Amino acid sequence: MMNLIIYLVVIAVAAWVMRFVGQKVTGNAPKFRDMTYGVAFGYLLAVALIAWLAWGYVQARSDDPLVANKFFFLKAAIEGFVIFAVAAWLFKLAGKTIGTEWSKKMFRSMPLTAAFGVLVIIIYIIVAVFAQWIAPYGQDEIIQGAAANITAGGNIALGGDPAYPLGTDQIGRDILSRLIYGAQNTVGIAFVTTALAFLLGGTLGFLAAVFGGWLDQLLSRLVDVLMAIPSLIFALLLMTIASVWSATLGIPLTVFMVLIIALIDSTRVFRLARAVGQNIVVMDYIEAAKLRGEGMGYLVFKEILPNATAPLLAEFGLRFCFVFLMIAALSFLGVGIQPPLADWGTMVRDLAGFISYAQFAPQASVTPLLAAGAIALLTVAVNFVVDWMLHKSSGLKE
Amino acid sequence: MSDQLVKIRNLWLEGRSDETWNPIINGVDLDLKKGEVLGLIGESGAGKSTLGLAAMGFCRDGVRVSKGSVEFDGIDLLNASAAAKRDLLGKRIAYVAQSAAASFNPAHKIIDQHVEGPTQHGVMSKEESEADGMELYRKLRLPNPDEIGFRYPHQVSGGQLQRAMTAMAMACRPDLIIFDEPTTALDVTTQIEVLAAIREIVEEFDTAAIYITHDLAVVAQMADRIKVLLKGDEVETAETRTMLTAPTQEYTKSLWAVRSFERPLKSPVIASAVPVVSVRSVDAAYGKVPVLHDVSFDMHEGRTVAVVGESGSGKSTTARCITGLLPPSAGEILFDGEVMPPSYKRRTKDQLRQVQMIYQMADTALNPRVTVGNIIARPVQFYSGLTGKALRKRVDSLMDQIELPADEYYKRLPSELSGGQKQRIGIARALAAEPKFIICDEVTSALDQLVAEGILRLLARLQDELSLSYMFITHDLATVRAIADEVVVMKEGRVVEQGPKREMFKPPHHPYTDLLLSSVPEMDPDWLTNLLAERGVDNIGDAAVDNM
Repeated sequence: MMNLIIYLVVIAVAAWVMRFVGQKVTGNAPKFRDMTYGVAFGYLLAVALIAWLAWGYVQARSDDPLVANKFFFLKAAIEGFVIFAVAAWLFKLAGKTIGTEWSKKMFRSMPLTAAFGVLVIIIYIIVAVFAQWIAPYGQDEIIQGAAANITAGGNIALGGDPAYPLGTDQIGRDILSRLIYGAQNTVGIAFVTTALAFLLGGTLGFLAAVFGGWLDQLLSRLVDVLMAIPSLIFALLLMTIASVWSATLGIPLTVFMVLIIALIDSTRVFRLARAVGQNIVVMDYIEAAKLRGEGMGYLVFKEILPNATAPLLAEFGLRFCFVFLMIAALSFLGVGIQPPLADWGTMVRDLAGFISYAQFAPQASVTPLLAAGAIALLTVAVNFVVDWMLHKSSGLKE
Repeated sequence: MSDQLVKIRNLWLEGRSDETWNPIINGVDLDLKKGEVLGLIGESGAGKSTLGLAAMGFCRDGVRVSKGSVEFDGIDLLNASAAAKRDLLGKRIAYVAQSAAASFNPAHKIIDQHVEGPTQHGVMSKEESEADGMELYRKLRLPNPDEIGFRYPHQVSGGQLQRAMTAMAMACRPDLIIFDEPTTALDVTTQIEVLAAIREIVEEFDTAAIYITHDLAVVAQMADRIKVLLKGDEVETAETRTMLTAPTQEYTKSLWAVRSFERPLKSPVIASAVPVVSVRSVDAAYGKVPVLHDVSFDMHEGRTVAVVGESGSGKSTTARCITGLLPPSAGEILFDGEVMPPSYKRRTKDQLRQVQMIYQMADTALNPRVTVGNIIARPVQFYSGLTGKALRKRVDSLMDQIELPADEYYKRLPSELSGGQKQRIGIARALAAEPKFIICDEVTSALDQLVAEGILRLLARLQDELSLSYMFITHDLATVRAIADEVVVMKEGRVVEQGPKREMFKPPHHPYTDLLLSSVPEMDPDWLTNLLAERGVDNIGDAAVDNM
């Protein structure tokens, strides 16, 4: 604590000196002249932070495992960041040179974060679609002759096995294969659920916006009631009921889960679609169409929908993340996607005990974090893309 | 030191769009002496506002100075430190924006925003500044000057807010004020009050000003000198009187000539003719608030009826009653002598076809995601059932009528058109239904004068060719003079006066018509002075309306 204060004081003094020297050396150039003290402090704080990261990275490469283990995850984060940044940059470069005129223009205006997001999403889609061919083993295959709980990394000295680069789980299934199948199950189901939520919420939202009056009141109040109940608790409650029905009706529980989450999330979509729709309905071109005698279908699909796609598409990306996290959360709690289907949420739960090894045997604790990392990576990627799309649709410049 | 206040030399400004820098101002010089008022005029996009802000040493986001110098009282503004600029702005240089309603912070009282400048700059204490603010309000002839400052911005009218903003700019007694279209958003009767107030206070404190506007008649009242800009280039600069009487450049002459457009008078309507549309003692209300009271007038074939009045007088509401968007609470609308159902929902397709509308804001009247061709094609297809080649042919001929080449514009989106072109598409969409009657709701008020004149000429030509009837809603009497055959004056939801144009522009009038007519600025630089002398300072604008 004392050290931290001393560091901050040093940085504060250095910032003042930097600004002063900068002003003297450059002969009062506007950059230093108009620099406030806060900005100078910020610059030096950033420099200190980067220096610390570099120091940590060097520590992580130390030969002494006691020192290196402390910085194991920092090293992984830095390497991951650099690799993804380079990959995104290359991807953007490729997009700028290959493809049609339209796609080239899109890539030129795309920020690096969005390129990263698009790249990650494409990789996830490929993995999910071709899981059967990519995965070395089946998702529920208990490999004969392989030990349980093999550590990731393939280093025999640390309890790994080169045949299973990401290790095996507590009953000897290959983690890599389960991660790959998890993309198919978790992402696929999340996508279907989100699409369903949009179909339901979007249609009703536009109808409420165009009709107004009692229909709007009825739907909106209904949605208010549904939204008043915390969504995870509500989902848990409904899933408990559904698990009884599922057994008697012979319909897989997953179908119920899709319907339940779609219903809960459609309330959010409804609110957005209604708000966006209401802003469009007051436009003069809608009035012109009404006075022409156009029907409801034409109004909604030809006049309103094309103008609502940008915000709806952005919401779709965001909603997809929430649905996806909700599925993972339900699976983590044991009522979501059922074993033996591979699912990232379930994988985190099953292997969660290993996380406590992080201090002294980081390689062992990686196993549950891989699934959690897969969830986090997709969420971040989708958010980057959504940010970019929102920025584009809002028409803001730079 | 000379009495030179602002000195701009060879200033080049660039704006960023689509990753490239495009020129906005190309090497303009500007000089302003102490106490002088310079009028800056030009069409939208001419760079007037950008130049005005540059005179304060300020550039909006996405704008940069590429060359040139800006000096204020010997201080180089472009290279001044941020601290030095902070000392000048608000204290010695002030700015009055176009929309006062958007520029005041709605969460604070007017006087609290007024005292911010003087207290920040250490010119006055809070109490002194408040007292001074009230004094300024009195000078600007705001009603209840001691009390009005303690209201919130939404509690006063637009014209009053604009004057409060002028008072705020005056708070530190600056040497220079930039007025950026301060009266554009106001009614004529309100505008004249604000103009008189601004002119008086600028003279009293001997403040220099740059007055930006696109309205020539306004600038003629306000400025000592006028500078004309066209697409970032200076066209000419001269003393106001010289400029008005003897412009040297072609562009300036064309600006001056706009107001000369006037249609020949038509023979009077035959008394027995059945009017195309007849409004018969219509009352209407929004919810429980009555808006129209016993409104009656007729519109005949091939004629234009101009409906004039200030905002809130019920002009647009009458149009909504005719189209059936707002069913009247009493009275009826007749088309070709037959009563139409009050609500558009119950009208037949043919009845809907006969009444078309052209809107004020072409931006919101055209669906931004639909191409121009499809916008025009839809009503043709909807009413006549044409498809394929026949449909395309009809659309081409419509685009021909509005003077936009079809092969060039067919596939464009509205965002790829200029304001005037968009308005033409709006006209084509109305024509596509082959109506007998078109409502034009302030169709030219959002356009530059040259463009507006083009639209008026187009509408006049179409009327002669297709014998259309227009209901022309406007608050601009110059437009009325140009295009109307008959005039209906409305005030507070009632028809005050109506008759043929010739009679309407000749006295004697209803006092309100008289006020409306006298409030329209004329190109004569002495107009405001004479008017004030004739009517007295307290008998112009809204004050006069209240006295009625």
